[in-house]
Amino acid sequence: MAEIQIKNIAKTFGDYTALHDINLTIADQEFMVLLGASGCGKSTLLRIIAGLETASSGEVWIGGRRIDHLSPKDRGIAMVFQNYAVFPHLTVFENIGFGLRMQKLPNDEVTRRVERTASLMHIEQLLKRYSGELSGGQRQRVAVARALAMEPDVILMDEPLSNLDALLRMEMRAELKGVLAESKTTAIYVTHDQVEAMSMADRISVMYEGNIVQAASPIEVYRNPAAEFVAGFIGNPPMNFLRATPAGDGKWTVAGQNVDGPTSGSSPLQFAIRPEDMRLADSGFSATVKVVEPLGAHLLVTCEVDGTLLRAILDSDLSVNRGDQLTLAPQSDRVRWFDPETTLAVA
Amino acid sequence: MNPRLLPYLLILPVTLFLGVFFIYPFVLVSQQAFSTGGGFTLDNFRDVVSYWKFPISFKNTMLLAAIVVPLQLVLSLLMATMVSKMEKGRDLVLYVWTIPLGISDLAAGIIWLAIFEQSGFLNSMMSGLGLIDQPVNFLSYQNPLIIFVAIALAEIWRATAIMLVILVAGIGLIPKEYYEAAEVFGASPWKRFTKITLPMLRPSLQTALVLRVVLAFEVFAVVAALGGTLFPVLMGEIYSYQFDLMNNNAAAALALIVLAISIFFTLIILRVLRVPKGATI
Ligand SMILES: Nc1ncnc2c1ncn2[C@@H]1O[C@H](COP(=O)(O)OP(=O)(O)OP(=O)(O)O)[C@@H](O)[C@H]1O
Ligand SMILES: [Mg+2]
Repeated sequence: MAEIQIKNIAKTFGDYTALHDINLTIADQEFMVLLGASGCGKSTLLRIIAGLETASSGEVWIGGRRIDHLSPKDRGIAMVFQNYAVFPHLTVFENIGFGLRMQKLPNDEVTRRVERTASLMHIEQLLKRYSGELSGGQRQRVAVARALAMEPDVILMDEPLSNLDALLRMEMRAELKGVLAESKTTAIYVTHDQVEAMSMADRISVMYEGNIVQAASPIEVYRNPAAEFVAGFIGNPPMNFLRATPAGDGKWTVAGQNVDGPTSGSSPLQFAIRPEDMRLADSGFSATVKVVEPLGAHLLVTCEVDGTLLRAILDSDLSVNRGDQLTLAPQSDRVRWFDPETTLAVA
Repeated sequence: MNPRLLPYLLILPVTLFLGVFFIYPFVLVSQQAFSTGGGFTLDNFRDVVSYWKFPISFKNTMLLAAIVVPLQLVLSLLMATMVSKMEKGRDLVLYVWTIPLGISDLAAGIIWLAIFEQSGFLNSMMSGLGLIDQPVNFLSYQNPLIIFVAIALAEIWRATAIMLVILVAGIGLIPKEYYEAAEVFGASPWKRFTKITLPMLRPSLQTALVLRVVLAFEVFAVVAALGGTLFPVLMGEIYSYQFDLMNNNAAAALALIVLAISIFFTLIILRVLRVPKGATI
């Protein structure tokens, strides 16, 4: 059992606050992705869990044991570093076996475990090489194998695929997820790539400026973003926002149209809709087409509605040109609302 | 211009400079060493080696190097590790520690002479504390051990910093991530030093050791100041052949012997600290 509990973790560097009061529970064997823009504190949180950084306040528990005062090696964790940190002066074999040697395991046990994890990561033919003789993808595999060989309760990964090319990344994504599911470890995976997050995660924690804004399943994060930031960060292109003014009785005026919305509230809200949840209709927002981007499967249309730019994903069979007037209707069950004051979602 | 030739063209000036001011004198010295006015001969070497002061000065030089260099290696590694861990004031500490580098070796010898001589600091301090009634002549022929210790101390004080700066630079080049990885994978601070710092420092260690060992074989002014004729070393012998005995040929032969010893130890250091083929550091 390796449930991770992060309780009230905060971190300041001088007078800069990198993490504000983080609370997060990660279930045993869960694959949790920390997603957020550059500089939002993902690595800092991961390094606090690993013990490479000390929190300014708060506690970290793993498997019912408080571990934030322990040194990294006593926390039952292994880590895959962003730049791999595969030791250049050791062979692949000795790299994978590094942690096992530090535990003073007998030679045959080290060999057994190194060979097993190496074959799991398909690098058994590289064991005698040095890291300088490997490609980026192979080095990446060594870094993962080194972590897996420890048979840790928890594996921490800091943007492990960020240095790989797109194709290799896609391949490694699936492979890594499979291997980790098999090994039954709890995983925390840091990335700023939302596709990576959506495709790998059991749950995603979206971070923003040192806070966790939402921690939920990928589909939940996508469908029901808890805050404007999440809505604007997840999805490519992200959600569209339009200003909505109350018209009473649960009706709201959006771009001159009456839309059903939250029944209470008298101050303006943000109306939000995903580009793929709009379609051409007889009644709806009147839009002037500004840019048309054919993407093969779809047509990405950027148009102006009520003075704001709005993106819609339409069927690629349609013929739409710059300057056309369209009438776009939002799919009513996909409409979301945000309070511009708090930026949080409104039911 | 042919790009394959360009690198050679660019190193030509340095090569010429070395050729004129190093290789040419070296050839001249070799000629002197292998002749006595007539043709090729090994007589000079035979004379130099069979002279009664050769074994003792050889022994002294070697002994001094054998004691001083390992001590300096340990000290400079320790100091470099400490400096690298410092966050504030690191530059200041480094400056202070490297002050002796700016002092010539003769001046260094004289500083330590001022400490150890009969009217020196050590004597006045000890009599001030009431430890001795009369000034003691520490550096007399009756105290060969004290002379040796004084010379070793002066050498350590003077030349540890040269290794220190090389090692500090080398340690600074080791990415922090390797230490973090080692820490996460269970390496204690000592293991991190032996498994990460030392192996990754091999190129710097090579440079520092080669430089220091060669300098140790050339020790002269510090010894002259502190030991005078009581502690003969090879360089001192070369000096006295050349200027006291006016025997250029013998001086040249002895100089070549010192050179051979230096090359021998350089090769050993390079071999022992070599980076395995394929490993990149
Ligand atoms: N040692 C430090 N001293 C001062 N500030 C730091 C330190 N480490 C991190 N920070 C700051 O804390 C914030 C969070 O950094 P962190 O490395 O956690 O970001 P990140 O989310 O991992 O970003 P990226 O995706 O670019 O890796 C940044 O603004 C960074 O400048
Ligand atoms: Mg980071």
